[in-house]
Amino acid sequence: MAERSFKAEVEHLRLGAGETFTGEGILAITKALLENGVGYVGGYQGAPISHLMDVLADAEELLSELGVRFEANASEAAAAAMLAASVHYPIRGAVTFKGSVGVNVASDALANLASSGVTGGALVIVGEDYGEGSSIMQERSHAFAMKSQFWLLDPRPNLPSIVKAVEQGFELSEASNTPVMLMVRIRSCHVTGSFETRDNQRPPLTVREALSAPRRDFNRVVLPPMSFAHEQDKVNNRWPAAEKFIVENGINERFGPEGARIGIVCQGGMYNGVIRALQRLGLADILGQTDVPLYVLNATYPLVESEFMAFCEGKEAVLVIEEGQPEFIEQALSTMLYRAGSDVRLHGKDMLPMAGEYTGQVMLDGVTAFLRAHAPDMLPGQVRAPNKPAPATPDLSSTVPIRPPGFCTGCPERPIFAAMKLVEKELGQHQISADIGCHLFAALPPFEIGGQTMGYGLGPASNAAFDGGGEKRAISIIGDGGFWHNGLSTSIGNMVFNKSDSLAIVVDNYYSAATGGQDIPSSRADNPTKATNNPITDAVKGIGVKWVRQVDRTYDVARMRQVIREALTTGEQGPKVIVASSECMLNRQRREKPQRAKAIKDGRRIEAPRFGVDEDVCTGDHACIRLSGCPSLSLKRLDDPLRDDPVVAIDHTCVGCGNCGEVAEAAVLCPSFYRADVVHNPTGTERWFARLRTRLIDWLQTRRANRRLTFVETAR
Amino acid sequence: MSVETALAPRIPDARMGQVIKLAVLAVGGQGGGVLSGWIEKLARAQGYACQTTSVAGVAQRTGATIYYIEMAPVAPGETPIFSLAPASGDVDILIAAEIMEAGRAIMRGFVTPDRTTLIASTHRVLAVSEKMVPGDGIADADEVIAAAETAAQRAVLLDMERLAVDNGSVISASLFGGLAGSGALPFPETAFEDAIRAGGKGVDASLRAFRAAAAAARDGDQPVAPAATDRPAAAMVGPQRLQKDWEELESQLRNLPGAVAELALPGLRKVVDFQDLAYGREYLDRLERVVATDDAEHGFALSREAAKYIANAMAYDDVVRVADRKTRAARFDRIRREMFVKDDKVMQLTEFLHPRAEEIAGLLPARLGAKVEASPKWMARLDRWFSKGRRIRTDTLRGFLMLYMIGGLRGWRRRTHRHALEQAHLDDWLALALRTSEKDYQLGVEVVRTRRLVKGYSDTHTRGLSKFDRVLAMLPALQGREDAADWLRRLREAALLDEEGKALDGAMRTVESFAA
Repeated sequence: MAERSFKAEVEHLRLGAGETFTGEGILAITKALLENGVGYVGGYQGAPISHLMDVLADAEELLSELGVRFEANASEAAAAAMLAASVHYPIRGAVTFKGSVGVNVASDALANLASSGVTGGALVIVGEDYGEGSSIMQERSHAFAMKSQFWLLDPRPNLPSIVKAVEQGFELSEASNTPVMLMVRIRSCHVTGSFETRDNQRPPLTVREALSAPRRDFNRVVLPPMSFAHEQDKVNNRWPAAEKFIVENGINERFGPEGARIGIVCQGGMYNGVIRALQRLGLADILGQTDVPLYVLNATYPLVESEFMAFCEGKEAVLVIEEGQPEFIEQALSTMLYRAGSDVRLHGKDMLPMAGEYTGQVMLDGVTAFLRAHAPDMLPGQVRAPNKPAPATPDLSSTVPIRPPGFCTGCPERPIFAAMKLVEKELGQHQISADIGCHLFAALPPFEIGGQTMGYGLGPASNAAFDGGGEKRAISIIGDGGFWHNGLSTSIGNMVFNKSDSLAIVVDNYYSAATGGQDIPSSRADNPTKATNNPITDAVKGIGVKWVRQVDRTYDVARMRQVIREALTTGEQGPKVIVASSECMLNRQRREKPQRAKAIKDGRRIEAPRFGVDEDVCTGDHACIRLSGCPSLSLKRLDDPLRDDPVVAIDHTCVGCGNCGEVAEAAVLCPSFYRADVVHNPTGTERWFARLRTRLIDWLQTRRANRRLTFVETAR
Repeated sequence: MSVETALAPRIPDARMGQVIKLAVLAVGGQGGGVLSGWIEKLARAQGYACQTTSVAGVAQRTGATIYYIEMAPVAPGETPIFSLAPASGDVDILIAAEIMEAGRAIMRGFVTPDRTTLIASTHRVLAVSEKMVPGDGIADADEVIAAAETAAQRAVLLDMERLAVDNGSVISASLFGGLAGSGALPFPETAFEDAIRAGGKGVDASLRAFRAAAAAARDGDQPVAPAATDRPAAAMVGPQRLQKDWEELESQLRNLPGAVAELALPGLRKVVDFQDLAYGREYLDRLERVVATDDAEHGFALSREAAKYIANAMAYDDVVRVADRKTRAARFDRIRREMFVKDDKVMQLTEFLHPRAEEIAGLLPARLGAKVEASPKWMARLDRWFSKGRRIRTDTLRGFLMLYMIGGLRGWRRRTHRHALEQAHLDDWLALALRTSEKDYQLGVEVVRTRRLVKGYSDTHTRGLSKFDRVLAMLPALQGREDAADWLRRLREAALLDEEGKALDGAMRTVESFAA
C-alpha cells in the first residue's frame, strides 16, 4: 500500500475523446501512455516520479483491461532491461525512474538497448531531481543520452506539451529505431493543469500475444561484429532519421518576432522561467507573446543544426539558457556556429551561473545582463537606471534555524539509532557507512551517525575496505528498499564472499518508505498482484550469512542495544547481519487510524497510548531529545520565576510509539516520562475495577493532602 | 514585424498585474498540500486560470516544504504562462505555517513591503537544533515577528495552530481562514467554504477552524497571541494549624526587601512543598544571611538570585520528591485533562523508572549511606538488586502504593545520605558566593547563578555537578579582574551549549590563558 492512494484519480484515466482532464503532470503522463497504445509499463519509484508508479499500481485493473502489462521492477536496471521487449517486437514500452541516480543504475541496460536499437517505441520517463528539494547529488541525465546516443525530450512544463511529448516520443523512437528519454523536472511532475483527452488505445500487439509468436533478429545482438555495425547505424541512419522527424514534426518551437537582432535558445523545461523573466521586463505579455525571439528545444538531444542556424540567421547575439552543468547544449551550439564561421555572439554560462537551479531571480538577472549587453534599448527605464534600490531584506540568518528532513513522529528507525548512540557511549565511535533511504537522516543531528553514502543498496559494500576487520568492527546501515534493490548481492553477497568481519544493520520498515511506501518483497501486506512476505533473514541466510539476528520490535531499545553490542563484541568471525523490523509509522498510522476510529465508533474496546512528561520532574537538560529528535517531543517554557531552562513537553501528535520511555529507561535518563493508555469503550468489569481503584487512590491522596500544605497548581 | 518595432521598449502588459502569486511555506506533515489544493479549487471555481506546483521528495519528512500557486482571470480559451517557482521580490501572498518558516520566506526575499501580504502562524515547531541544547536554545520568534511587520506590506500574524486545535482541526484549515479573512484574494468567503466542502474530509471541523481564523484575521492585524503559560496559582490548601504557621513565615518574608520577596515567595512555597514548614524557615534564615550582606544600591541582585537558587538547591530532585510528585491528585487530574479522558473512558498510567545503586544508597542514613557508597562491592550488589528499568502502573493500587510510600518518606529524608550531601554542597556554594561577593559583588552574583548548571538525574546530574565544579574552579584565575563576573557568566553559558562541554573547554582555555 503506497503512502498516497490514487484510486480516485485513476478514474480520470478512463476519460475518452474530447473530454478534459484536469490534474497533476504525473497523471497526465499516465493517461498519455494509455492513449498511445503502450503495451507494457514499469519502473522504480523515487521522487519526483514515485506517484507515477503509484498511479500505475492503482490503475492495474484498467491496465489489464487494455492488455497492458505493469511491472513494479526490482530496480531501475531491471526497468530499463524490460524495454528489451521493444527490440524485436513492435510493442510500445515505457519505464520510469528518477534521474540522475536511476539512470546511473540503469545505464548498463540503456547502453545495450541503445546499441541494439528498437522496433517498438521505447520510452524512458525520467524525473529529473535537480535543484530545490532534491535529495541526491546534483548531476544531469543529459550525459547518458549523449554517451549512449538515445534521444532526449525536455518538453515545456505544461500538461498539453508533456502529453504531446509522450506521443511524439513513441513516434520518434519508432522513426529512428532508438529509445527516447522523456525528461520531466520535479515541478513539472507536480504541476497542475488541463488537456483534452483521447480514447485509450489497446496495444496492436500485446506482450501475451507476442509470446505466442516469438521473434529474434541476429543483427540486434550486442556482439561483434554487430556491435560495430550498431555504432555505424547510430550515426549514419538513426541520427539523421531522428533529426528529420524532429524537424518535420516541429518538436522544437519558435516564438516571438522573426527579424530581431537577438534571440534566446532554451530547454523546453526552462520555457516558463524565461517567459516570466521577459514578463517582468515588460517584454512578454500574460499569454507569453514575446518581443524576444525564442527557440525552445523540446528535444535537447540530438540538436538540429539546420534549425538552429536558421534561428541565428541575421542575429547579432543569442543567449543559451541551459540549467545544470556541464553546458552540453551550449558547447554543441558554439561548435555549430564556429564550424559555419558565423559571427553571431553566443552567450550562456558567461551570463548565467554554471551550476545550480535557474530560479526566478537567476533567470531575470541572466536575461537582463544579455539585453543590457545587446539590446539595452529594450529594457524598461527602471531596469536601465534604477531610481530607488530594491528594499533590503532583514537578515535573520542567525535567528532562523535550518530545518532539514528527519524521522517522522514515531518512526521505528529512531530507536535503532538511539540504541547505536548508547552502544557508542560504551564502546566508542565506529566506522559507520550509510545507504539511501529514510535512515540516512541519522547522519543529521541529533544522532550524527554515518559519514558517507555511496548509493542505493551499497551501504555494506562501501565498507568493503574494512572487511578485514581490526580492533573495532565497521558498521553499515542498509534499508529494506536498498536491500532488495541490489543490496542482497552487491552488499551482503560481497560481505559473505570476502569473509567480511563487519556488521550490517538492515532497517526493515515493511516498505520502500522514503519513496512513498511502495511494497517490496519483504513487505508484510498482502498484495494481490505481488509476492510479499519474503523474510529478509531467509535471503541473508540463503546467501551464506551465519550470524543473523532478527529484532521484531525496534522500539525495544534495550534489546536493540544488546544485539548491536553482541555483534560488535562477539568472537565469532564472518559477516554479522541484524534485521531490525518495525512498520513505517507514517504508513501504519495511515492504515490504522481509520480502523481505530471506526472501532471506537462501533463500541469496541481500544487502547490508545500516548506519552507525557511531568513538567515538575523534568529538569530541562533535554538529554532525551538528544537521543530522539521526535517532532512531537518538544520544549515549553514554564512561567515559573525559579526555572531557567524550558522543559520537555509532548504534544498531541504523539502516536505512543514508546521510544521516549524505552530510551529514558535504557539510558537511565530521568523519571519524567509516563505513558497514558486511554481505554475507549472499556468493559464493565474494567470500569468497575477502575472506579474502585480511583476511589482508594483518591482516599490516599486526600489523606496525605490533609496533613500538609499544598500550593494548588492550576495548569493551563 | 520589422526589426525596429520589435526592439522598441514596449509598455508592460497591464494584465500581468492581475496575476496573483501565492507561496505556501510549511513544515513537512502540516498539510500544505491540502491547503494548496483548496486554494486551487477556489480559484478555478471563481473562473480564474490557476496553476500549482510543489517540491515533493524527502522534504515531506518533517523538513521545510514549499508550494507555489499562480492564478489570473482569463477569457475562455486563454492559457496564461505561469511560473513554476516563486521569485524573490515577486510574491503577492506568502502563507507561512510556522513563524520561523515566515522568517525563512523573508530571508529568501519572498516577503517585500511593496506587494506581499504575509499570513503566518506565530506558533513554533522547534527545530532539532533548538531542542537538543542542554540549556535554552529556542530561537527568538519576536525577532522574526518584528522583521515580518517591516518586510511585509501587510502582516496577518495569528496562532493558527491553536485556532486549529481548539476547533479539532489541523492548521491548513485555519491558514485558509487567515487567507480569507485577510481579503488578499478577490473572492467571497462563501467560495472559500465551498472549496473546503468540495474537499470532503473532516469538513465540519475544518469549517470551524476556518471561520475562527477568518474572523480573527478580519478584525485587523492582531497583536500576537502570547504563548500559553502555566503560572502556578497562589491557592493554598491544608490544615488550619499549618496555615497559621505559614502565615508566620509569610510575615517573616515580608520583612525582606520587595525585590527579594517577590522571588522568595515562590521559593518558600517550593521548599515547603518539598519538605515542610521548618524547612521553609531554614530557607528564610539562609536567605536573610545573604540579605544582611546585601544593599539597595546593588538592587539586592545577590539576594534575588540567592532567593531563586537556594530554593532550587534545597528542593533537590531525589526519589522521594519524584514519588511524591507522581502520586498527587493534581497530577492525575492534569493528565486526564491533557489526554481528554472522559468518565466513559478508563486511563492506565505507566511510569518509566530506573533506580540505580546511588538512589538506594542516598535513601540510607547519612553515615551508613556514605559507607555503602564508598564501597564498590556494596554498590555493585545494590545495582544487581535494584538497578533495572521498572515500569510502574500508578493507576493500579499496587503500583500507586509503592510510589506513595516512597513519597511519604519526607519525614525520613532529613536523615538520609543524599540530604547530607545536598546540604553540604549547598552550604559550601553559598559560603563561596558570600566570600566572593565581599571583594567583587557582581562576581558573587555570578557564583550564585552558576547553580543553574546542577540539574537532572543520574548521569545528567553527575555531568551537571562536574560542569558546576569546573566552572567554579576558574574563580581563582578570575578574581581581581575587571571583567571577572562577565567571564564567569560566559563560562556558565558555554557549559549550557552542548552535552560534552566542548564549548566550556574552549572558554576555560581562554580563561587559563589570562593566568599565563
